[in-house]
Amino acid sequence: MRGVQLSLNKTQKLRLETALEKLESLSSTTSNNSNASVTVADTIPINYEDGVLKGHGTSEMDGRVVATICGVVERVNKLVYVRALRARYKPEIGDIIVGRVIEVAPKRWRLEINFSQDAVLMLSSMNLPDGIQRRRTAVDELNMRSIFEENDIVCAEVRGFQHDGSLYLQARSQKYRKLDRGQLLRISPYLVKRRKQHFHHLDQYGVDLILGCNGFIWVGEHVEAKDDMVVDQMIKSEQENASLSGSVSSCEQEQSHTSVEIRQHICRLANAVRVLSTLGFMVTVELIIELVDLSISHNLNIHEMLGAEFYVIVAEKEAERRSLATKKR
Amino acid sequence: MEYVNPEGLRLDGRRPLEMRQLRAEIGVVARADGSAVFEMGNTKVIAAIYGPREVQNKSQQINDQAVVRCEYSMANFSTGDRMRKPKHDRRSTEISLVIRQTMEACILTHLMPRSQIDIFVQVLQADGGTRSACINAATLALADAGIPMRDLVTSCAAGYLNTTPLLDLNYVEDSAGGPDVTVGILPKLDKVTLLQMDAKLPLDTFETVMQLAIEGCKAVANYIREILLENTKQLEFRRGV
Repeated sequence: MRGVQLSLNKTQKLRLETALEKLESLSSTTSNNSNASVTVADTIPINYEDGVLKGHGTSEMDGRVVATICGVVERVNKLVYVRALRARYKPEIGDIIVGRVIEVAPKRWRLEINFSQDAVLMLSSMNLPDGIQRRRTAVDELNMRSIFEENDIVCAEVRGFQHDGSLYLQARSQKYRKLDRGQLLRISPYLVKRRKQHFHHLDQYGVDLILGCNGFIWVGEHVEAKDDMVVDQMIKSEQENASLSGSVSSCEQEQSHTSVEIRQHICRLANAVRVLSTLGFMVTVELIIELVDLSISHNLNIHEMLGAEFYVIVAEKEAERRSLATKKR
Repeated sequence: MEYVNPEGLRLDGRRPLEMRQLRAEIGVVARADGSAVFEMGNTKVIAAIYGPREVQNKSQQINDQAVVRCEYSMANFSTGDRMRKPKHDRRSTEISLVIRQTMEACILTHLMPRSQIDIFVQVLQADGGTRSACINAATLALADAGIPMRDLVTSCAAGYLNTTPLLDLNYVEDSAGGPDVTVGILPKLDKVTLLQMDAKLPLDTFETVMQLAIEGCKAVANYIREILLENTKQLEFRRGV
C-alpha cells in the first residue's frame, strides 16, 4: 500500500483482504468496462469501421491505436481516450484549485498547483481588498505582499491557457482568498471528482473544507465571507474604540484564536482524508463526514484514526456501502 | 576458472539460459510522483520520478519539449566492501547519461513542453547487471508517474564465458573479464535503444549473445506489464464510481 506501512496483525490483515476482494468483485460486476485497464503500449481494441478519434493517452503505431499511459480506456462516441489514474493534475477551465504561492513577481504571483508548470495569478485578475473596480496602480503593485506572500495557501479558479501554454488563474470573488488556520493535504488528483460544489461549509464542525481539483485539500476554520465595505467600517470603528480605550481590543484577539474544539474537528477531518487517500478511495464530502462520524461512534481518538484498526474498519464499511448501492440499482 | 560446470550449471545454480528471479514493487516513495523497486536476484534498485514539473534552471528550458534529467548513485552499503565513494565519479556519470538517453528515447517529451522530469535511481544491492536493473526500475516508476511513453523500455544483460552464452550475469561472472552485453529494447516496437559491450566478441557469437539478451528483455517486459496492469486494476477498483 502506498504511503504508509500498516502494522496489521493476522486477523486485521485477513479482514482487509476480504474487504478489498469484495470491492474488487463489486467493481467487476457493476462497471461494464472492468477489463478496460491498459498499460503502456497495449493495443486498444477498436472497431475501425466506425472511424475513431484518438484522444489523450493514445497514439498510432502501424495502424493500430495503442495506449501511451497506464489507465482505463474510455469511449465517447468516436472518441477513444485513456483516463490516467496516478498522474499530475491536468487543468480544465473553471476548476477550483488550491495552491501555494512560491514567488511574488511583477504584477503576478506564481503558484505551485501540482501541474507540470507553475500557475500564474495576475494582480489584475484579483479582487482588490477594498472591493473597488479600478485600474491597478503602481502602489497596488508595491502592496502585493499585503495580499499574498510567499508560502501562503490560496484558492483560485482556472481561467485558461495563454497562447504560450502557461496556465492563468483568477480569483474574482470573495470566496477565493488566502487560506489560514487550517491544514493542507496533498492527495492524488484522480481521487477528487469534479462537482458543482468544491467549497463546503460544514456547519456542525465550524470548518471549511475545500476540495481542490488539483488534489490539494484544505481543511480550515470557517471564515464568514463578509462584504469588504462592512469589514472596513467595523475595523475602523474598532480602531476608534481601541484608541479610545487605549488597549488591544478583545475582539481582535478573538479573531486570531481558534478554539480547541475546532482544532480537533480540523484534525479529525484531515485524518479522514488521509485514510481515504491511502486506501485509494474517492474523496468526497459525504465520505469524509461519514468517516468522522464512524471514528466518533467507535470512540477513537484523533490519532487512533491513523492506526491499522481504523483502516480495516473503513475498508469494510466502504465494501458494505458499495454493495448496498449496487443492490439499490 | 570454471563458470559452467560439466552438469551445465552456473556458479549460483542457474542454467546458462536462465534468468534470476524478478521482483518489482510500485509506489515505494510516498512523496514522489512515481516510484518503484526492482530486483533481479540479489541486485536491488530503487527509482523515484519527480515531475513533470517547472524547470528549475531556466536556461535549460526547452520550449517544445520536456527536459529529462537522471541521477544514478550507489548506496555505500550496496557492495561487499563498504567504501565511501565520491558522489560524481566517472562510472556513475556515465550510467546516468546512459539511463537518461534510454528513457528520453521512450518518453513522449513533446507532450510536456517547458517542464522537467527528474529520475533518481539508487542501487541498494549490487550483484551485477545494475545498469539493466536501473533501466527497468526507471521504466516502472515512469509508468507509475503517468508519464506518456512510446513503449516500456526493458533491459537485460548477457555474457559469453567458457564458450557458453550466459543470460543475466551476476557479480562473479561479470568480474570474470569476459564480454558483457547490455541490451535495452522497446519490446512492442521491436527496436533496440541501448547496446553496450565491453571486451570483444566474434560477430557470429555476438549475434547469439545479443539474441539471448533480447529474449531476456522480453521476459522482463512481460513481468513489468503484469505488475503494471495489476496496479492499474487495483487503483481503479478501489477508487470506485
